[in-house]
Amino acid sequence: MYDWPILSVVTFLPLVGALLIVLMIRGDDEVAKRNARWVALWATLVTFVISLLLLFGFDPSNPDFQFVEYQAWLGDVAAYRMGVDGISLPFVLLTTLLMPMCILASWDAIQHRVKEYMICFLVLETLMIGTFSVLDLLLFYFFFEGGLIPMFLIIGIWGHGRKVYAAFKFFLYTLAGSVLMMLAIMAIYWQAGTTDIAVLLKHDFPEGMQYWLWIAFFASFAVKMPMWPVHTWLPDAHVEAPTAGSVILAAIMLKMGGYGLLRFSLPMFPDASAYFAPFVFTLSVIAIIYTSLVALRQEDMKKLIAYSSIAHMGYVTMGIFTLTQEGIQGAVFQMVSHGFVSGALFLCVGVLYDRMHTREIAAYGGLVFRMPVYATLFMVFTMANVGLPGTSGFIGEFLTLLAAFGRNTWVAFLATTGVILSAAYALWLYRRVVFGALEKESLKNIRDVNPRELATLVPLLFLTILFGVWPQPILDACNVAVNAIVARADVAAGAIKAAALVLP
Amino acid sequence: MTLTLAALGPALPELLLAFSALALLMFGAFVGPKSTDTVNGLALAALFAALVLVLLGPTDATLFNGAFHVDAFGRFMKVLALLGAGGTLAMSVDWLKAEKQDRFEYPILVLLSTLGMMMLISAGDLIALYMGLELMSLALYVIAANNRDSVRSTEAGLKYFVLGALSSGMLLYGASLIYGFTGSVNFAQIAEAAREPSLGLIFGIVFMFAGLCFKVSAVPFHMWTPDVYEGAPAPVTAFFASAPKVAAMAVFVRFAMEALPNVTHQWQQIIVFVSIASMALGSFGAIGQRNFKRLMAYSSIGHMGFALVGLAAGTEQGVQGVLVYMAIYMAMTLGTFACILSMRRKDGMVETYDDLAGLAHTSPVKAFMLAVLMFSLAGIPPLAGFLAKYYVFLAAIESGLYALAVIGVLTSVVGAFYYLRIVKIMYFDEPAAPFEPMRSEPRVVLAVSGTFTLLFFLYPAPLITAAAVAARALF
Repeated sequence: MYDWPILSVVTFLPLVGALLIVLMIRGDDEVAKRNARWVALWATLVTFVISLLLLFGFDPSNPDFQFVEYQAWLGDVAAYRMGVDGISLPFVLLTTLLMPMCILASWDAIQHRVKEYMICFLVLETLMIGTFSVLDLLLFYFFFEGGLIPMFLIIGIWGHGRKVYAAFKFFLYTLAGSVLMMLAIMAIYWQAGTTDIAVLLKHDFPEGMQYWLWIAFFASFAVKMPMWPVHTWLPDAHVEAPTAGSVILAAIMLKMGGYGLLRFSLPMFPDASAYFAPFVFTLSVIAIIYTSLVALRQEDMKKLIAYSSIAHMGYVTMGIFTLTQEGIQGAVFQMVSHGFVSGALFLCVGVLYDRMHTREIAAYGGLVFRMPVYATLFMVFTMANVGLPGTSGFIGEFLTLLAAFGRNTWVAFLATTGVILSAAYALWLYRRVVFGALEKESLKNIRDVNPRELATLVPLLFLTILFGVWPQPILDACNVAVNAIVARADVAAGAIKAAALVLP
Repeated sequence: MTLTLAALGPALPELLLAFSALALLMFGAFVGPKSTDTVNGLALAALFAALVLVLLGPTDATLFNGAFHVDAFGRFMKVLALLGAGGTLAMSVDWLKAEKQDRFEYPILVLLSTLGMMMLISAGDLIALYMGLELMSLALYVIAANNRDSVRSTEAGLKYFVLGALSSGMLLYGASLIYGFTGSVNFAQIAEAAREPSLGLIFGIVFMFAGLCFKVSAVPFHMWTPDVYEGAPAPVTAFFASAPKVAAMAVFVRFAMEALPNVTHQWQQIIVFVSIASMALGSFGAIGQRNFKRLMAYSSIGHMGFALVGLAAGTEQGVQGVLVYMAIYMAMTLGTFACILSMRRKDGMVETYDDLAGLAHTSPVKAFMLAVLMFSLAGIPPLAGFLAKYYVFLAAIESGLYALAVIGVLTSVVGAFYYLRIVKIMYFDEPAAPFEPMRSEPRVVLAVSGTFTLLFFLYPAPLITAAAVAARALF
């Protein structure tokens, strides 16, 4: 491993980039705009390259946290602890990978207040990487909640349409979910005497307390995921946010919810997790079917993809709460894959929006005649969204459904209808936008993707296919960490069974 | 017992303030209106000297048969009160001059009021408490009506005086009941005598708490706050929102912890109720406001509710939470009022927050600082306001006050709405006419408080430790 604090460097390097923009770039002319863009791009690229070192130094067979750092901070109450394991590492890399693409996607689309825009994104990157790599509960809350501020500004300043409404809804919804988690963190501190996650993962909480703590954490993560019925902020936020904001929201911020469930709810409250699993299955199945049906009726491309994201997150929660090896690994895989696919789909919509300034599905049709390259890219991502074998979307869905089948056949049966529905809405969207006759006058001169847009989409295309045929790297990385979670869940389930045997 | 001059040493900062106030009054009275600048400068110097003396002074001394305590708790709160008074006085000089309200009496009244606060913070018995409270309040009534030609300002002063007198009466009645049922006015002796609560004592506590709640403007004794905040001149409002709140909260905590530690169960439920009601009213009441000062009045009601959460816990951890909260609240309030004081256009002051529209375009740095303060007041990490809330709720959870904590954090979400609205107006809306450039004093105050709020999380240890030491002094 490395003798320098690589995690801190990865986490705070974007912040350094933001400071550079604040201090070095003056004025609001074209030169300043260009400089701000380049500084942001380089900061995110360098962060990505350094984060790759994490990959090489990471030992997948080691069940402990790696690259651990410690620094005293708030006395007993909290400390600065960093570290990653097989569950958090994929998300750190996902974040660092997508950020340069977001900067590139905003290259021409953002023309006013470019400097502030880039600062917001760089600060947001720091907060997101921090969320995935801290090992202290209070610090986790810091990063988790702190991300609301830049995202609020991104939606509110650079969004479209009802952006103020969307920004407020996003902020207040998420905050309301999270404050209860803050109280739970305090209760955990008084119960266990520490906020060190590595210690807490092995701590046995009294069973009665677990239920309350589980509910408090679930309130926060369910809003963030988002799960039905607290998902209503997401379509608004997605639709009104600028393209890169939607990408970040869908590809990374939604994953914080799933990551939180895996990191905290399952290992810390195993009894409660087993107890509430049927409840989560119910919500997941409703989310998968209901939001897929809603997606069918959307007239706005971004809204359609937003609803499809909620449906895909339903598979994640279902997989997590099967409490089995396949289910949880499938959920991790599904989250990473959804990061690529939904990010790419929003980028695809952004390509069209930049040209036509509308997201109405009805405004398009027959694009394949003018934009063959675009049509190909869009098709692959649509197929991945549907879960076609050979794309990364398939592996996650298959594993979670497999695990659900072992737990409860009905859950698996109902969730599988979601696969059919997702094929319906995704292919229908593709047909309406790309196929058909090129009749609309305004589309006759539309340009195909330019090299900058290719640079954002092709890497994602490559990864989607790569992990579709060779899923092993991600599954191996999280294997040991998932093992530990499942072991704790099994102990809890065993205890419940033993109690059931004694009681009657 | 003979009292030598040297024995008065621990009270040196108070003596300094008292003598400088009297001397400046003489000076002003003889020299006349043109002395205002000099009096202002000297009053600031006196406050600064008092701050230095407080910092250098002893941390454990008792004077006047236990009526006057000097301890770490008092020192922490006195530093806050002096910083608040000094900061607001410095900001008000230019403002009052521009509005033609500059009078040499103003800084002297601020000095006298601050003297009252310092005595209040150090009070060790009921008589000293009442004396300090009245000295502080009488000066405040007068400066609320500082703009004596304005109907709203005089109305504010009169309203404040009448309601304040009523609350003083209640407090005095409560004090007499407590004296009657315990046989002492000294906090320590009351604590001894109050091991077994009697009905009369509980009545006394309720009346005392009613009076103290009035001073910290906690619900249901908050009615004066919005009117007085709106009617009084802006620098006076800034002063009201900072230093007196600190002093009143200090005496509230000291009285509860030193005189009533054995009847915690009796008063805890009062504080829990007052705290919940304040947080709720502060959050919901502010939503409909358009005047920034009136908004800050509701905001301060809410924040006093949050600070009282720590007191409701009734533990050392809770007192530490109150202290941290008050320190961070002071910083945020001073910064916000520095912005309010500089909302000046060519044709005079404006006060509604719609006037802030597009501030991010016209003066980005100021808008950024105000946005930081607003997010911090809403309690969003990583800003200082979040840690303030964290410490009080941590104490509440430790004491098992779960309902209080849950209601508290939920009201803070409601409160976040109107703080966010100010950010929205500054950042999302189209720019209005720009303000006149900021004067140097508000600029410094805003820069210091904004930077403190933004970067507090990097190195919170000094304040947290100081608050812990101060809290330990009461136990």
